[in-house]
Amino acid sequence: MSEITPDLVRHLGVLSRIQLSDDEIERLTGQLDVIVDNIAKVSQVATPDVPATSHPIPLENVYRADEVGATLTLAQALQNAPDAADGRFRVTAILGEEQ
Amino acid sequence: MTDLTRLSAADLAAELSSGTVSSVEATRAHLDRIAAVDGDVHAFLHVSDHALEVAAGIDRRRSAGDALGPLAGVPLAIKDVLVTTDMPSTSGSRILEGYMSPFDATVVSRARAAGLVPLGKTNMDEFAMGSSTEHSAYGPTHNPWDLERIPGGSGGGSASAVAAFEAPLALGSDTGGSIRQPAHVTGTVGVKPTYGGVSRYGAIALASSLDQVGPVSRTVLDAGLLHDVIGGHDANDSTSLADAWPSFADAAREGARGDVLRGLRVGVIRELPDSGFQPGVSTAFRAALAAMEARGAEIVEISAPHFEYGVAAYYLILPAEASSNLAKFDSVRFGMRVNVPGGTVEDVMAATRDAGFGDEVKRRIILGTYALSAGYYDAYYGSAQKVRTLIQRDFAAAFERVDVIATPSAPTTAFKLGEKIDDPLQMYLNDVTTIPANLAGVPGISIPAGLAEEDGLPVGIQFLAPAREDARLYRVGAAVESVLVDSWGGPLLDRAPVLGGAR
Repeated sequence: MSEITPDLVRHLGVLSRIQLSDDEIERLTGQLDVIVDNIAKVSQVATPDVPATSHPIPLENVYRADEVGATLTLAQALQNAPDAADGRFRVTAILGEEQ
Repeated sequence: MTDLTRLSAADLAAELSSGTVSSVEATRAHLDRIAAVDGDVHAFLHVSDHALEVAAGIDRRRSAGDALGPLAGVPLAIKDVLVTTDMPSTSGSRILEGYMSPFDATVVSRARAAGLVPLGKTNMDEFAMGSSTEHSAYGPTHNPWDLERIPGGSGGGSASAVAAFEAPLALGSDTGGSIRQPAHVTGTVGVKPTYGGVSRYGAIALASSLDQVGPVSRTVLDAGLLHDVIGGHDANDSTSLADAWPSFADAAREGARGDVLRGLRVGVIRELPDSGFQPGVSTAFRAALAAMEARGAEIVEISAPHFEYGVAAYYLILPAEASSNLAKFDSVRFGMRVNVPGGTVEDVMAATRDAGFGDEVKRRIILGTYALSAGYYDAYYGSAQKVRTLIQRDFAAAFERVDVIATPSAPTTAFKLGEKIDDPLQMYLNDVTTIPANLAGVPGISIPAGLAEEDGLPVGIQFLAPAREDARLYRVGAAVESVLVDSWGGPLLDRAPVLGGAR
């Protein structure tokens, strides 16, 4: 058994900015427990002598000249914004009262 | 008159270039077909309202004597993961409902430049997370072979669109099998190119070290023709390979007429025994291998001992990368925003992501966040990356002995809608044969192998080749396709039920 608990799932929801309901937390706890038990087997073969692979094809950093290329216009950048004003994205308060 | 929707893209292109058919006629035929059957199939999330104008423009250019590409005037369906300026792009998610991209994905702009006519956007599991399209926020797609069954996923919409003759060609994306597994269950062709072979610029990212865009079609040649249009280096994708690629259509033509099966060494993986597959899937797979052997191919048993860790590694790497990629849906710059009276921007963000993401997306984001947490990173994500190395070594050892590897494309034929939706782990195991290619970056193709005897549903055979050897897959795929279609007396899709209540 893994150590997936409702409190851990709630905390992961906070970290990933998803406000999970109690029902969701209960359901996810059971499902993640089964999934984590199964995927934990990777550690059986991942011995210290095996190097990690992050990308399937070896790649090098790609550089380009430091020149302005094709960019979005202000109107394009804002066209899908849920709310905008004065050429900026508009959001609700950054800080809550207790902060 | 010929039903234009039944023609392969290559045959339709020949009619278009000889002038016997106009692009407007071809496009109208497919729009009529969509109107007739898509109420049942639901392959499309959006149908273009100006496809006929685009087609008319191609016809005008052709009459004016402009030099046009080989696929000019041929209709194309586009998976909704690819952004388009003239149609909404949602990636199957409620959080992006109505999103209009200010730019086209590179593969879309290349398709437009080649004269292909976009018909619409196809359904998919939300953010390409799934194997059945049941995780689409807009309802599932139905398999044209049996409307109560899944069309595969995540690209079930693109596969069903070509299987139901709603489009001759479609674009897909494959992160763990999302092009190849839908091809398997719908009796169609799908190719996952070498990682970096096709630009992902404008493909809404799921897992950036695994995602690859590729062609969906009914024949190997058609896939090659589309791959030729969309492939090649793109400076806007930092993982794009700078290789000069051969013509994949030429490779398919060579395979179909040539003798490439003679002496071809075909690896069959010992660790994927027949007992792991539905009996009819194994039988169809073995029959396809026997047909290859009869044409001079040599079947060689190979060992890939780490493939059994592939699914586990994949479901650590993918959620980890997805949880990072999907952080961009923050309710600020684009997409949905839920109103939280008096709430801070963070409250609004959390409420929006709860309302806008479906169950599977939340499951994977939470799983990925867990796998990347301090104290777990080495045990999970770090170990998964080591498994990736081990799987690459399995491939390298195998390709010293064989030219291609063959597997059934998936463990079962199309299952019933709803059958696995409450069991995420069972759903994940659908990808056992397709995932290793994404982990290692190698190309893969799925082509129809036959019908399973117990349920009469399509089975695909998958071929894998070393990285950058995509052309080999087109040669071998076309050769096997030609042998099998001859033995069946016609394409497998001729045996699919008639849609639209006309049975």
